[in-house]
Amino acid sequence: MGYEISLLTIMGISVIGALSLNMILGFCGQISLGHAAFLGIGAYTSAMLTKAGIPFLLALPAAMLLSGLIGVIVGFSSLRVRHDFLAITTMGVSFLFTGLVRKQEFLGGEMGIAAIPDPGYGKVGFMLFVFGLAIALTLFSLYIKRSWMGFTFDTVADDEDTATLLGVNVSGYKLMAFALGTAFAGLAGALYAHNVKFIDPESFGFIESITILSMVVIGGTGSVWGVISAAVVLSVFPLWFQFIDDYKLLVYGGLLCAVMLLSPEGVSSLVVKLFNKIFKREKAIHVNN
Amino acid sequence: MLTINNITVDFGGVKAVDNVSFSFQDRELLGLIGPNGAGKTTLMKVITGTVKPTSGSVSLDKSNLNGKAPYLRIRAGIGISQQIVHPFNSMTVLENVTFAAGHSKTDQVFLSLFKTNRAIEKEEALNLLKMVEIEDVADEKPENLPLGYIKRLELARALALKPKLLLLDEPLAGLNQSEAERLSNTLLKLNQQGQNIILIEHNLTEVVRICQRLVVIDNGKKIGEGEPKTVMNNPVVRTAYLGRS
Repeated sequence: MGYEISLLTIMGISVIGALSLNMILGFCGQISLGHAAFLGIGAYTSAMLTKAGIPFLLALPAAMLLSGLIGVIVGFSSLRVRHDFLAITTMGVSFLFTGLVRKQEFLGGEMGIAAIPDPGYGKVGFMLFVFGLAIALTLFSLYIKRSWMGFTFDTVADDEDTATLLGVNVSGYKLMAFALGTAFAGLAGALYAHNVKFIDPESFGFIESITILSMVVIGGTGSVWGVISAAVVLSVFPLWFQFIDDYKLLVYGGLLCAVMLLSPEGVSSLVVKLFNKIFKREKAIHVNN
Repeated sequence: MLTINNITVDFGGVKAVDNVSFSFQDRELLGLIGPNGAGKTTLMKVITGTVKPTSGSVSLDKSNLNGKAPYLRIRAGIGISQQIVHPFNSMTVLENVTFAAGHSKTDQVFLSLFKTNRAIEKEEALNLLKMVEIEDVADEKPENLPLGYIKRLELARALALKPKLLLLDEPLAGLNQSEAERLSNTLLKLNQQGQNIILIEHNLTEVVRICQRLVVIDNGKKIGEGEPKTVMNNPVVRTAYLGRS
């Protein structure tokens, strides 16, 4: 039972991580290949603060704040470069993070930080806490999509030059997407640190960034339910089935290629198209009858 | 209300606009014409701020627009329908116009998070689509529509911003003569209701019919200005268009 609880907690954290990238990539159309770095900033912040005696519930918002602040700084690069150039810039952020943390003794260097304090909720309590936050972020994501901020994100993602000519402060909206997305990435990172109780620079390396990216792209960029479904499946399956974990990168890479070739808008779009097709066929049969 | 003052745009030694000045009077429908490559669109981009002039200034309602970001110029009251159409293809026609109609709700980035109601903007957008006669495709994606429809969508979207000054770059392109005439009549009606319009257009029949005044540019230079029929009889303008006077 303990293993299942641990799996479900990791699943909840993955959902938060994937939804946080979805705000930047899915909602606002800004590619980020270094998202795990922001989980890392949150994880290290919360780990350091709680080890210094700061309560977990204060360390959590502090982790979000620092990740969000650094996210805004990285977001400034999105104002100067776009598309593939932004992808390369954010990839650089990922390497910068691991390279920098690895050399800092006060952050544990290569060895990382061990014995991160337990929040004190018990295993089930912590799982429910993570689930609560994942549900809250899901509702917040759905709300953003309904709001005028989400509507504006859509225009920036679609064509930012045209959005500008409709009076949109494109820079402001991009920075807001980075601030929100990276702050929630910080939250996911902090939860990860207190769940696993050990972190090192490699926990938040480039491969982790691609893992989160896979969840968003495979689920369907911008689709909240698609991203959640992909995060659930892709986080739990490798842990449940050992053979998937052994070939994790191969499976993720294969899925990414398959989705890009067969349904670039993600599996959620495929499901919607299939549903519409079946629904229209049934409707046609009903009308004919 | 709009003053273009000695604008020069130099693209690496090529003068796309050469020391052009003119002013736009309140409630006017001004035609900005000239042969292909004359510099009209560049001048339009100088007004919206997407092209920085090498020298000169643009002011709207006596406030200097130089140095102002394009989105702030739009917020200051300029609406534009571009020559090369750029609809948001991820949205329906109605959503494209609804978004523009809600420009006051997207003014402040943070506060836009707390606004969700789109009912009023949707209604405004539907009225505008009716005005430009494309309400039948309100729920279609623009990528499925012919150019003439998208041109009218661009016009509706620009009008949804409720601009003080509407810049239209070839809105009649892609329309047949009867469609062009109908849309021209719509523009004329809008102008009679008080809408300020600068119209860049190659359809000279419609330009001469509906504009009160013309500014003509060729090779980046202003070569004529005044009442349409007088300007079109100007030998310099005729030479620019026909190659002979």
